[in-house]
Amino acid sequence: MSEPVRFLLGFEEREVHDADPNMTVLQWLRTRAHQPGTKEGCAEGDCGACTVVLAEPDDDGRLRYRAVNACILFLPAVHGKQLIAVEHLREDDGTLHPAQQAMVDCHGSQCGFCTPGFVMSLFALFHNEDRPDRQRIQDVLAGNLCRCTGYRPIIDAAQRMYELGRGDRFASAETDTARRLDALRGDGTLAVSGSGRAYYAPRTVDALADLLADLPDATIVAGGTDVGLWVTKQHRRLETLVATGEVAEMKTIVEGPEVIDIGGAATHSDAMDVLGRHYPDFGELLRRFASVQIRNSGTLGGNIANASPIGDSMPVLITLDTELVLRRGREQRTLPMDQFFLDYRRTALQPGEFVERIRVPVASGDWQLRCYKLSKRFDQDISAVCAAFNLRLADGVVQDIRIGFGGMAAVPVRARQTEEVLRGQPWSDDTVAAAERALEAEFSPLTDMRASAGYRMLSARNLLRKCYLETTNSSAPTRVLEHEEALV
Amino acid sequence: MSGRDLPSFDNDSRAVHQPLPHDSAHKHVTGEAVYTDDIPEPRNLLHAYVRLSDVAHARITRMDVSASRRAPGVAAVMTAADLPASNDVGPVFAGDQVFADDTINYWGQALFAVAAESPDAAWEAASLAEVDYQELEPVLTIDQALETESMVLASRTLDRGDPDAALTAASHRLDGEFAIGGQDHFYLEGQVAMAVPQEDGDMLVYSSTQHPSEVQHLVAGVLGIADHGVVVETRRMGGGFGGKETQPAHIAAVAAVLAQRTGRPVKLRLDRDDDMVMTGKRHDFKVRYDVGFDDDGRIQGVDFMLASRCGISADLSGAVNDRAMYHADNAYYLPNVRIVSHRCYTNTVSNTAFRGFGGPQGMMAIEYVMDEIARHLGLDAHEVRRRNLYGTDDRNETPYGQVVEDNILPQLYDELDASSDYAARRRAVDAFNREGGTLRKGLAVTPVKFGISFTTTHLNQAGALVLVYTDGSIQLNHGGTEMGQGLYVKVAQIVAEEFGVDLERVRITATTTGKVPNTSATAASSGSDLNGAAAQNAARTIKARLTRFVHEHWNVPEDSVHFRDGQVLADDLTLCSFPELCKQAHLARIQLSEAGFYATPKIHVDKDTLKGRPFYYFAYGIACAEVLVDSLTGEYRVLRTDILHDCGRSLNPAVDMGQVEGGFVQGMGWLTTEELSWTDKGRLTTHAPSTYKIPAASDMPVDFRVRLLESGYNQEKAVRRSKAVGEPPLMLAMCVYHALKDAVNSVAPPRTRVRLDAPATPERVLLAMEAARRLHTGAAAAEALEEVDE
Ligand SMILES: Cc1cc2nc3c(=O)[nH]c(=O)nc-3n(C[C@H](O)[C@H](O)[C@H](O)COP(=O)(O)OP(=O)(O)OC[C@H]3O[C@@H](n4cnc5c(N)ncnc54)[C@H](O)[C@@H]3O)c2cc1C
Ligand code: FES
Ligand code: FES
Repeated sequence: MSEPVRFLLGFEEREVHDADPNMTVLQWLRTRAHQPGTKEGCAEGDCGACTVVLAEPDDDGRLRYRAVNACILFLPAVHGKQLIAVEHLREDDGTLHPAQQAMVDCHGSQCGFCTPGFVMSLFALFHNEDRPDRQRIQDVLAGNLCRCTGYRPIIDAAQRMYELGRGDRFASAETDTARRLDALRGDGTLAVSGSGRAYYAPRTVDALADLLADLPDATIVAGGTDVGLWVTKQHRRLETLVATGEVAEMKTIVEGPEVIDIGGAATHSDAMDVLGRHYPDFGELLRRFASVQIRNSGTLGGNIANASPIGDSMPVLITLDTELVLRRGREQRTLPMDQFFLDYRRTALQPGEFVERIRVPVASGDWQLRCYKLSKRFDQDISAVCAAFNLRLADGVVQDIRIGFGGMAAVPVRARQTEEVLRGQPWSDDTVAAAERALEAEFSPLTDMRASAGYRMLSARNLLRKCYLETTNSSAPTRVLEHEEALV
Repeated sequence: MSGRDLPSFDNDSRAVHQPLPHDSAHKHVTGEAVYTDDIPEPRNLLHAYVRLSDVAHARITRMDVSASRRAPGVAAVMTAADLPASNDVGPVFAGDQVFADDTINYWGQALFAVAAESPDAAWEAASLAEVDYQELEPVLTIDQALETESMVLASRTLDRGDPDAALTAASHRLDGEFAIGGQDHFYLEGQVAMAVPQEDGDMLVYSSTQHPSEVQHLVAGVLGIADHGVVVETRRMGGGFGGKETQPAHIAAVAAVLAQRTGRPVKLRLDRDDDMVMTGKRHDFKVRYDVGFDDDGRIQGVDFMLASRCGISADLSGAVNDRAMYHADNAYYLPNVRIVSHRCYTNTVSNTAFRGFGGPQGMMAIEYVMDEIARHLGLDAHEVRRRNLYGTDDRNETPYGQVVEDNILPQLYDELDASSDYAARRRAVDAFNREGGTLRKGLAVTPVKFGISFTTTHLNQAGALVLVYTDGSIQLNHGGTEMGQGLYVKVAQIVAEEFGVDLERVRITATTTGKVPNTSATAASSGSDLNGAAAQNAARTIKARLTRFVHEHWNVPEDSVHFRDGQVLADDLTLCSFPELCKQAHLARIQLSEAGFYATPKIHVDKDTLKGRPFYYFAYGIACAEVLVDSLTGEYRVLRTDILHDCGRSLNPAVDMGQVEGGFVQGMGWLTTEELSWTDKGRLTTHAPSTYKIPAASDMPVDFRVRLLESGYNQEKAVRRSKAVGEPPLMLAMCVYHALKDAVNSVAPPRTRVRLDAPATPERVLLAMEAARRLHTGAAAAEALEEVDE
């Protein structure tokens, strides 16, 4: 009883029958649709050459345009959406889209291999924002690598495109497209099978819970920004996939007076705005989390459930005393997040259980949060060390402190012994020195291609010191990123 | 219109010297530009997969591929034993095997290949084979190779004067060593080839290569057929940077030999990981120096040891290391000098060409020394560099005997000092650092003088084919390949200008060995110099015939005839349109096509001493960078970069600007975040963009001011007085590395030196700063240590 995957390819309605759920959108575009404009540069979400845009109606029936990496997106994920690739942008009379024309005008392509991906990122930007500043443009392009141009002409193009008109054929057709998509979508759980593999996309939490109870060995896939790579990089075959992406209830973010209640399938893009508003430093960390494309697909729930020792959200969330709502069949339980990570990539999740919600306490007045991400490259890199310090000071004394680290152990962890050394002590040079020694004793990080153990340890200590400097003498600049514009 | 002002380099010309867009720009932005993997696939296409070794050095005791052969969808499996003819694709010397025969020499070496109905089927099948090894001790690092004298080619020495005496006599003397990392090309399009069998056992190969002629020759050798049986075609590459100079032959050979075996077309496209593991990179270097200088920091004598990791075969390592030696002077006069170059054999992938081709590593050696001299004397490195610059009338002979005849460095220095406001910013940076905050700044200026020509003299030749049709449209073909550098459009501009027609009248066609034979690689920045001149020669020959015909037909003096705006004129009198002329000439049986040829004049080298005139001319540039560094984490930003670069009379200022900016950022990646990492077993662990970090958009300098030297003019008669621009700008990025070094030194006591290896990752910067801080307490620490010892 396999259903076809139905979507709009540009403006053309497509039904794909018996699609192998492990096939990526990129493979489908290049080898089945014979539209090779979209390129593969890495098949792991890092280079952006495969960037396409997905449009789908939001709650008000307006279309939302999201740039995503086609190379790690499974084909069934485009069901009910408009899939827009570089071939679709031109007007019927052949006129280039402003994003395209601006790239030509500004000499934004050399070898041209990255260009379709950049054009698509710019196309999404064109629809979502009006004349962003340079920093925002760089953010939006962090997930697109270009080896030829050095980026300057592309950033020029991102500014220039707004001078070439504000509408396009997609905007004009919006209402019509939204209507067509509604008709394509259908309701109920989407069930796709092909090549002997199955993919289910339920629409409600209950349906999801029931499915997983029936199929406890299925692979849960949310954004697929980790799971996709198991297929494209590790050549694994995933026989049964259950997607959370169509469960509307699990994508909500509810801001209560005490808790920010985030659905287990909310994307980073959606969560970061809210979290950043409450915790600016966390917002900055999330801004540097992967790229727009990855954040548009990837979820906070997936980051947590994936339990990578170098995942970026967890060190922060555990210092905020975040709780997870876990669901299995009809049963729900709540777990403090720092009890979730058992061992290297092992979590407290039982078979058939999933992360339904993530409850992040709202900032309370006397706590201060500082977050740091250290990586070889600023943008779009995995942390060598990620650190979060959440502390409450009164009269120069550490009333309470919670420290979270990524990259320092097999799981994201609290530095409890170090916290102990600090708690109740004057927030002073001497105390920090003592805490640094405690850190040395508490952790023995690894050496890998991202950093040596020595650098991890030294920088972890220095980050504590930086936090101290920032919370005692806040006027002196301590961060290269915040001060680069001012110090030029 | 573009986002910045680009000068025209000639107000009279129509096509050439104008900032015209890349010929494929429209196709790039619409996805219509066809790359090798985009060519519509023949119906019975097979996909290949190459199984790689997972050990660095071993004897193969058993390789059983029978399970692969039996796997579903498999059409052929080929090992070394199955090859019909040669098993070698070494470009200059043998040593690069298609498939390992009995010994594995590096981690990632090709063992065998499968051709199957789909890429997945090929991969599955390849994974089924059983391979047993007996491990052997590998040589992995430069130090190990130096210790065991493990060399892939004989060491070479270039010297002049009496360095030993100069070193002894000098009032100051320093020695030290540092390391320079390699670099992966990370062309966005990975290696790919598709081979399609033809009649008579011939083979048509679509290859993403900078060197179609070499692919042709090596594929023919592997197939066991003559060169004339192989045609290699390359429309465009998605980036090359030297990584598609010799490396594509292997990929093409695998596809071709499987195609020959099965009689079906075969495509081999490497995924990113296999590409990065399997193909060569920029050579990493170890540098040792011993330098003597006077109180002003002027070098009196210097002794360099440059050792590079070449990997398992010679590939292009000879020429790469020669070029490193030729650039160990960069912009400076070295009166007494010895440069010893060791070309180390290691059990790692064979390193290869990469933009700059050894030049960058050689320059880094002398720039490092300049900085060390300045630190030692307590001078500004900027001043020390200026004092050591080549002179114009004296102090102008390079270590290899070529006189620097076109030195514009003093002018570049003056202009950049003024436009970058260097002196005031130096004071501001020092004042900022004196405040002693967490954040530190660094500032540095570095020059570039880069020799233009292949140092292997015979490679400096090119051919072009210009076909004029009777409707006045022109088809242009030459041996150069397009990898994004804008070669096609530049050469087309030259040809359009000769015939006085619009650029649109010149159609540029894919590079193919079937039209222009025996070409050199598009490399050494020589693409437009050589191919542009060859095409110009062809165009001029046709034009001369046409001119003569006009003279006879219209009875006007030959020297009054000229072609402009699509018209043929005698002085100011319009005679007819260009198409009309072509039609008339054809009726009069005038040949409208021509094969042009060009060989660079003046150059010669003594192969034994390396002396002579290896370069036709030099390309120059200069750059200034200011950085902001976090002294607690080692993180940094490039706040501002000012560049002034000499492209001669630029053939296309828009294209050249792109080369300058792009080259700079690529060089910055090499010296900052692009770190290649290997395990102690010889496995590369950074083989994808998740772990290998090339610059992203936000790494571009916050304030990025780039200028082409508007008065640029090549004193040699290079095509239209332009200068080559492909490689030189990469080395402008040395200023970023030196600005970081400057910031590191801001936490060190005066007149001390701190080692900083490249790439200067945040980790290296922080650890260097730690070392610098320890120098303050060095004496105290040593005392404390002694106490502990007792
Ligand atoms: C290019 C790139 C850059 C990246 N950069 C970063 C970075 O900077 N920082 C960082 O931390 N990570 C990074 N990641 C990793 C990844 O993007 C994140 O971990 C992301 O949050 C995963 O979310 P997802 O929705 O895509 O998860 P998926 O890939 O869909 O799933 C990940 C895991 O979580 C499970 N899962 C998903 N949802 C649930 C649920 N509701 N309940 C139970 N289990 C669930 C899945 O079964 C799977 O095991 C990067 C990845 C890529 C490809
Ligand atoms: S191909 Fe590189 S991000 Fe998709
Ligand atoms: S133009 Fe070549 S990678 Fe961007």
